[in-house]
Amino acid sequence: MARRTVDARGSFCPGPLMELIAAMKMVAVGDELEVLSTDKGSASEIPEWLRKARHEHLGTEEKDGVWHVLVRKAR
Amino acid sequence: MKILIVGGGMGGTILANNLARRLASELRSGKARITLLSASERHMYQPGLLYLAVGRMTPDELYRDQASLLEHDIEFHVDPVEEFRLDNNEVRTKSGKVHGYDILAIATGSRPAPEEIPGLAENAEQFYTEESAIKMFRRLQAFQGGRIVIAMGVPHKCPMAPLEIIFMLHDYFKDRGMLDKVKLHYTYPIGRVHTLENVAKWAAPEMDRLGITYETLFNLKEVDGAKKVVRSEEGGETPYDLLITIPAHRGMEVIEKNGLGQRGWIPTHRHKLTMEGRNNVYVLGDTTNLPISKAGSTAHFEAETLGENIAAIVKLGAPVRDYDGKVFCFIEAGKDRATYASFDYQNPPQPKAPTRAVHWFKVAYNKLYWASARGLL
Ligand SMILES: Cc1cc2nc3c(=O)[nH]c(=O)nc-3n(C[C@H](O)[C@H](O)[C@H](O)COP(=O)(O)OP(=O)(O)OC[C@H]3O[C@@H](n4cnc5c(N)ncnc54)[C@H](O)[C@@H]3O)c2cc1C
Repeated sequence: MARRTVDARGSFCPGPLMELIAAMKMVAVGDELEVLSTDKGSASEIPEWLRKARHEHLGTEEKDGVWHVLVRKAR
Repeated sequence: MKILIVGGGMGGTILANNLARRLASELRSGKARITLLSASERHMYQPGLLYLAVGRMTPDELYRDQASLLEHDIEFHVDPVEEFRLDNNEVRTKSGKVHGYDILAIATGSRPAPEEIPGLAENAEQFYTEESAIKMFRRLQAFQGGRIVIAMGVPHKCPMAPLEIIFMLHDYFKDRGMLDKVKLHYTYPIGRVHTLENVAKWAAPEMDRLGITYETLFNLKEVDGAKKVVRSEEGGETPYDLLITIPAHRGMEVIEKNGLGQRGWIPTHRHKLTMEGRNNVYVLGDTTNLPISKAGSTAHFEAETLGENIAAIVKLGAPVRDYDGKVFCFIEAGKDRATYASFDYQNPPQPKAPTRAVHWFKVAYNKLYWASARGLL
């Protein structure tokens, strides 16, 4: 298992969720991705997509205005 | 100082011209040299493809000779790079020539990859190349009615194009007096109709008003041409009579083959625009891995930053400023109204409702582009 960071800080267009969807194409099933976002909408938007697309949401944490959303590619 | 620029599209052309002006005396005295390598002798105004697909521009209007856009002190060759030998500060081209450099800038752009989605290339129309846009136009002209679905993958260049094409299609069929026979259905990868929240806020009610239906959280997975349905990663399925797609993009194959970046996206420093781990290699335009729009304006603002910085390296020995993430995009909201979004890493966009004035500004820009590529705007 590998973990990689998707640095989407300061991303408005395409935005953190789009960056995550694109990054999912570059990792293997079982790998983890940590999305960094300065947009608090990501905290709800990313888990909503993960549920629908059947990937795992491992947790969300806010540190100094940056949301860290940890996910695992499940299929 | 040998400066080598690879890619003669939006980013590479503006950077080459910007540098040639800043370094005019150094180029004359032989202290600096600028070489541009590209894959085509013609330069395409890609945003024109959107108009081509609905019959509002013709192919000849999209092109200029690349050489005619360049300052004459720039050495220009149509000879695509096949091998990047970054450890030796050189590249090898298709013709077998080896070009050494002190500073390298890579701007090879991106390409749609329809082949990754089963059934997509055979069953969907596209408009991101000249050939496909003409094919799509002919298909639209022959269309007698039915359900048109737009579906896409990410990332793709020009994040505004999905909305633009759906509104343009609406006006196209309205002009043909066919709106009663055509059903337009829009799908989008995330939970609203556009990634910019304010844009989504005016676009969704606008679609409701025009009778355009939509479905969100829809990322292309496969197309079943026999059943005429398109399926999403999220488990959605929707039928079509005519499917129009913007496939997920990759960077160019040469980038992947040389191991410069997975799927052709080169890891790039968000402020310095250097390739990660290399301090004499710069990256601009679509081929960066930066989390910002793959758009001409992004390439343009990056090129201006790099022009200033590379000239400063020649003259002062160090760069002078950071790239701030600036992007500016027009958004066509039909055939006669438009708006725009302007933002950077720190400041979110605040797009307003579309107006006719902004549309005419965009129409003017379609011509002004050539002055912009020359570095005059
Ligand atoms: C339909 C459509 C609509 C668009 N609308 C807009 C819009 O309204 N606004 C906007 O800002 N942007 C828009 N864009 C996006 C914009 O065109 C691109 O983002 C922009 O051109 C990117 O610039 P670039 O320099 O990175 O790449 P490009 O302009 O694509 O240039 C890449 C260059 O690299 C060359 N090349 C490729 N391989 C090699 C090689 N191996 N060696 C040497 N050279 C090579 C190519 O020949 C080309 O000259 C649109 C794009 C499309 C397709």
